[in-house]
Amino acid sequence: MKTAVKTREITLIQAITEAMDTMLERDPSVLVLGEDVGVNGGVFRATDGLYEKYGEDRIIDTPLAESGIIGTSIGLAMNGFKPIAEIQFFGFIYPAFNQIVTHATRIRGRTLGRFTVPMVIRAPYGAGVRAPEIHSDSMEALFTHMPGIKVVVPSNPYDAKGLLIASIEDPDPVLFLEPMKLYRAGRKEVPEGYYKVPIGKAAIVKEGTDITILSYGAMMPIVLKAAEKAEKDGIRSEVIDLRTLFPLDRELIQSSVEKTGKVIIVHEGHRTNGLAAEITALINDTETAFLSLKAPIQRVTGFDVPVPMFSLEEAYLPSIEAVYDKIRFLAEY
Amino acid sequence: MTDYPMRQIIDGDGALVDDRYKDQLTPELVVEMYKKMVFARLFDRKCVNLQRQGRIGTYVPFEGQEASQVGSALAMREDDWMFPTYRDHGATLTFGHSLKNILMYWNGRYEGAVPPEGKRIFPPAVPIASQLLHATGAAWAEKKKGTDRIAIVYFGDGATSEGDFHEGLNFASVFQIPVIFFNQNNGYAISVPTTRQMHSRTIAQKAVAYDMEGIRVDGNDVCAVYFAVKEAAEKARRGEGPTLIEAVTWRYGAHTTSDDPSKYRDQSENELRRKTADPVGRMEKFLKRYGYWDEHLKAYETEATAEIETAVKAMESEPAADISHLFDYVFAASPWPIEDQKADYHRLKGGVR
Ligand SMILES: Cc1ncc(C[n+]2csc(CCOP(=O)(O)OP(=O)(O)O)c2C)c(N)n1
Ligand SMILES: [Mg+2]
Repeated sequence: MKTAVKTREITLIQAITEAMDTMLERDPSVLVLGEDVGVNGGVFRATDGLYEKYGEDRIIDTPLAESGIIGTSIGLAMNGFKPIAEIQFFGFIYPAFNQIVTHATRIRGRTLGRFTVPMVIRAPYGAGVRAPEIHSDSMEALFTHMPGIKVVVPSNPYDAKGLLIASIEDPDPVLFLEPMKLYRAGRKEVPEGYYKVPIGKAAIVKEGTDITILSYGAMMPIVLKAAEKAEKDGIRSEVIDLRTLFPLDRELIQSSVEKTGKVIIVHEGHRTNGLAAEITALINDTETAFLSLKAPIQRVTGFDVPVPMFSLEEAYLPSIEAVYDKIRFLAEY
Repeated sequence: MTDYPMRQIIDGDGALVDDRYKDQLTPELVVEMYKKMVFARLFDRKCVNLQRQGRIGTYVPFEGQEASQVGSALAMREDDWMFPTYRDHGATLTFGHSLKNILMYWNGRYEGAVPPEGKRIFPPAVPIASQLLHATGAAWAEKKKGTDRIAIVYFGDGATSEGDFHEGLNFASVFQIPVIFFNQNNGYAISVPTTRQMHSRTIAQKAVAYDMEGIRVDGNDVCAVYFAVKEAAEKARRGEGPTLIEAVTWRYGAHTTSDDPSKYRDQSENELRRKTADPVGRMEKFLKRYGYWDEHLKAYETEATAEIETAVKAMESEPAADISHLFDYVFAASPWPIEDQKADYHRLKGGVR
């Protein structure tokens, strides 16, 4: 017998709060650490109400030190806790880079599994909200390149909650990137309580037969709008939300590419050595997918320049027009 | 060893409480201090309004910290280096930054980080505490070149938790670098009070670990700040190394225009502080008490407002942001990926495929 699960319409950021709330309630070893996550409820309100509910021993306002937050979280994780460390903006993760790349990602391997680091690093990322300098970075590729950490990026409230719960339960470090532009971009049906969306699985958000478009996070609405526009020209794109950037969902990418034979990859992170480069190589390495290609793989990405100050951010970001342009190019190829 | 009494020259009622500085408090100096603080406050309020009207982006206000920013900036020599944070435009404008450019910074424009020709002012540091090391390096360069130029670097109470803070102090101490570490302890790092940020009773005491002089001043007393920085500057110019100054102050407003301080503190405390410890009000009381007040100082507000309005107009009559700022300044000569991407961008804009 299936019991009906209650759902409500909530925003992506509320879904994130709910995921943490759910896990804090189920598992007393879960902790939340970060700058302004306690009394203030987070600068985006992602931890709103948690401090009141779970107290200062579990929802911890840390000193202003990212290396400190991640470094101590590693120690906590190795010793029985499951820290959810919030980095206030992805662009401020760099002081913690050393702790992530030399320790969080290596402790399981260095101790042949004796010690492990089951922790989640949450960080809002991306441009397009007129934020001050350095607040809009999209450097996910630094972390997909780095061995030993999973990288997850939801694009809607349902996935955000289910993926965050899966990340908290994951036995290894997970970087959980939150598209800040989509925090309050709309409400979606989200079940109450506990459920998981598996890490490593992409999702087809729009079926099609002509072109496969692969993207994630804050680019999803852009991609969907471009695909809808092309639909009016009779071009049927299949739009895939990758959801996990490491490990990639090879099977779904493969089956879609075999169906359409044409591929566009869209991300706002920088082009050189970005996710599109890796996905292109993955298709190349997957012989049946490669041999079904009818045209060169196209990518629409952020440029190889620092994410600019906000007066130029729209110029920096992939636009609906730029994606549409690639769709037309491939359709006519 | 951790006892750092707070230095004060003028108290909350505008009374001179440290006679040693009496002779140095010339009418020119005290009037200048007052005017610069009035100017900074008017500018800050204007920016908050511009943000509310959507004419600039997120803005970081500094109202309440004018004495710290103006006092410290006035104590520096024109050709010195200044390394501000995102909250220190009160210091940079006093030090000679362009008003229009400061406004452009908050309007998301690269021009905003460019100081007037010849002014050694770094772009505002956004990643907390990173600038301490740049200031230390720039001052080190002056020492190596044999000049007597020095650097001042601004940072908040929260910044003292970052590793870069400690690395900066240590480098400066090891190499006896002529840099002034100017801390504005405004009580909060966004929502986190100083008492939760650190277990130390003062920030000044952190100098002890680096065998450096630490000074704690009333950061709402422009004179106390001015002389503390001036003495540290003279010491640095003599080749006697760095100083850590903690200026104890308070921000009245929100952390930024997107912050709601009522979430984490009792905003009514501001009213009390405005009455008893306001930097501008205190200086006005001082000027009146000792006969420096002059009716023309009232008219100064009108003058300052006009200057600010002119800068706002200039900012708003700028053409839209230049796309070359996105592509052409990453390297001296753009490598092909950037050139290609720039060409792509223009092709798409032009509607050509
Ligand atoms: C490395 C880094 N982490 C986090 C932030 C986000 N942030 C901006 S201001 C701020 C608080 C800074 O407090 P403080 O040093 O006391 O300076 P104040 O803002 O009070 O002037 C934080 C956490 C940042 N800018 N850089
Ligand atoms: Mg502060």
